[in-house]
Amino acid sequence: MFSAFFYLLRAKGLDVSLNEWLTLIEALDKGLAYSSLTSFYYLARSILVKSETEFDKFDGAFLEFFKDIQYFEEIPKELLDWLNNPSEKKDNYDKEQDLFNKGLSMEEIQKMLLERLQEQDGEHNGGKYWVGTGGMSVFGNAGNATNGIRVGGQSIRHSAMQVASERKFNDFRNDTVLDTRQFQMAFRRLRQFSSRVDAPKTELNIDGSIDETCNNAGNLKLVFEKPRQNTVKVLLLMDSGGSMDYYSNLCTSLFQAVSKSSHFKDLKVYYFHNCIYSKLYTDPYCIPGNWIDTEWVLNNISSEYKVIIVGDASMDPSELLGVSYYNYGARTSVTGMEWLKRFQNKYEKMVWLNPIVEMGWRSGFWRQTYNTINDQFDMYPLTIADLERALKKLIVAK
Amino acid sequence: MSKQMEQFEGSNEYVVSPQLMNSVNIAIALEKPLLIKGEPGTGKTMLAEAISKALDKELVIWNIKSTTKAQDGLYVYDVVQRLYDSQFGGDGVDDIKKYVKLGKVGEAFNSEKQVILLIDEIDKADLEFPNDLLWELDKMEFHIPETKETVKAKKRPIVIITSNAEKELPDAFLRRCIFHYIEFPSQELMEEIVKVHFDNLDEKLLAQVIEAFYWIRDMEIQKKPSTSEVIDWIQALEIGGINPEIIKKEIPFAGVLLKKNEDLDTVERVKRRFKY
Repeated sequence: MFSAFFYLLRAKGLDVSLNEWLTLIEALDKGLAYSSLTSFYYLARSILVKSETEFDKFDGAFLEFFKDIQYFEEIPKELLDWLNNPSEKKDNYDKEQDLFNKGLSMEEIQKMLLERLQEQDGEHNGGKYWVGTGGMSVFGNAGNATNGIRVGGQSIRHSAMQVASERKFNDFRNDTVLDTRQFQMAFRRLRQFSSRVDAPKTELNIDGSIDETCNNAGNLKLVFEKPRQNTVKVLLLMDSGGSMDYYSNLCTSLFQAVSKSSHFKDLKVYYFHNCIYSKLYTDPYCIPGNWIDTEWVLNNISSEYKVIIVGDASMDPSELLGVSYYNYGARTSVTGMEWLKRFQNKYEKMVWLNPIVEMGWRSGFWRQTYNTINDQFDMYPLTIADLERALKKLIVAK
Repeated sequence: MSKQMEQFEGSNEYVVSPQLMNSVNIAIALEKPLLIKGEPGTGKTMLAEAISKALDKELVIWNIKSTTKAQDGLYVYDVVQRLYDSQFGGDGVDDIKKYVKLGKVGEAFNSEKQVILLIDEIDKADLEFPNDLLWELDKMEFHIPETKETVKAKKRPIVIITSNAEKELPDAFLRRCIFHYIEFPSQELMEEIVKVHFDNLDEKLLAQVIEAFYWIRDMEIQKKPSTSEVIDWIQALEIGGINPEIIKKEIPFAGVLLKKNEDLDTVERVKRRFKY
């Protein structure tokens, strides 16, 4: 009947499978939606949506699909409480009343309900005019009328449409920029297992043990082996200061995520300001003196390291391409671009992460170097989806 | 609609939002695992305990660590012990069963009564971990090749799974779960929660604490304090006999709420700005 909702959810980018849909139908069969749109909203959401990042999409689809549904003003709580706990049940089917009820259109019934809600001041069970239980009027529940509006029985205190339209999970959408935890999850993708590592031998090698025991004239001799471990080594180069200050929170999260990711075999972190020159700083404050030669890094950090550069790639074009700019002795006649290319030549696996998700106000002047670097390197915006793409790029064989 | 279905309605020690209660009951009715996510300290683990108490069922907890493998939860076959025993001619070496020990999932399946199985912090384990449990949680049975036995759930356990993380659980696994995200409690709900934990709490103190707490949460804080920290904080304030008037002004014992130096500094800065 409402398979259209299923297709709408899929069209909205929610990856709902047939299995989950069938589960929902099963739940409806079992009466778990309690004939209330609000319960249905939560029921459908808990079965079909598996991440709070997708709640917003669901809300959007739900609003769109059920926007024409009619619902009423809030029913007073005392009235509901009593409706939910009917005090009597009657066998009072009234043919005449039923015929009258059937003649009513949905609009008329709604209008009557609103009028009654104004007038009614107490419980009515078994009658045919008021909102009540076990009666013949067109409202209430557990009654004998064959058409009409269900009032109470289960909660409609908070309308589903209201809940959905609050869209309070908007902040959780994963196309927005991410936090430490999300970064960490992404970095777990950087794994390549091998047993050729320095680690205690803790895993029992059964074949080896049998062979050794046989060679040992049947006296038990156990052979243990090293467990397989991650062999990925990472070189992280971060832009710091100046135009990067806007993204300091984001970059701190990224840095924490990388440094907390204990599964790397080795992690080296260096900093630069605007662009890489002949010196790399060892702390994010970029104080002259606290640095090492970029040449040394290129010579000593082997090419099996995977390089991640984090920077906004926005600077004065002369800082990237010029040679004469003064920078506390960190510059030589080699241009910034040339240094970047040296890294690219040495390290096969290298990506550039850019915290600027949208260029926005940074047009024109700043965009020049952005474009130049973007042409030369694999540049990815710093969002979950793109970070995952970037890290995949670091793992796959060429 | 069957009314005799077991319904979870919270307990006097655990305040539950109607939505969460609903999700729990859906999961029980549909016999599917309930996956609970939410900020740390919003009571994900406590939920299983509350359900266990409310429905009067035994709780089996499987704590997941980074080294946990799916196999550990089912059963462990102690090969090494058996080999050593055979070397020294110990008794019953022929009996493989002696060396097969059921893990937490096995225990839950083997129980005569229906139990609650809590798989706590499933995201801590390896990325493939949940996939390795798909069949077992779906069919509620597993096979032990060593003894040629199949362990099948006598009474399908109610499975609660908690996770802190974001988007790393595999799709196939998620599709089999009922999902609930515990939102951070609103001020009213928080007051209710606090009252459950403290019997005779000074109303003034409570109001001040709640106000200060949500104020701090709104600051630019890296690790936001959560419910469990508020409860610790109130305990500290009570023991310290702090005058409620100064709570918001001075934030005493801020170290109970905030666990990072940067965050403590931020609060100091904001406090100073508001003083004058």
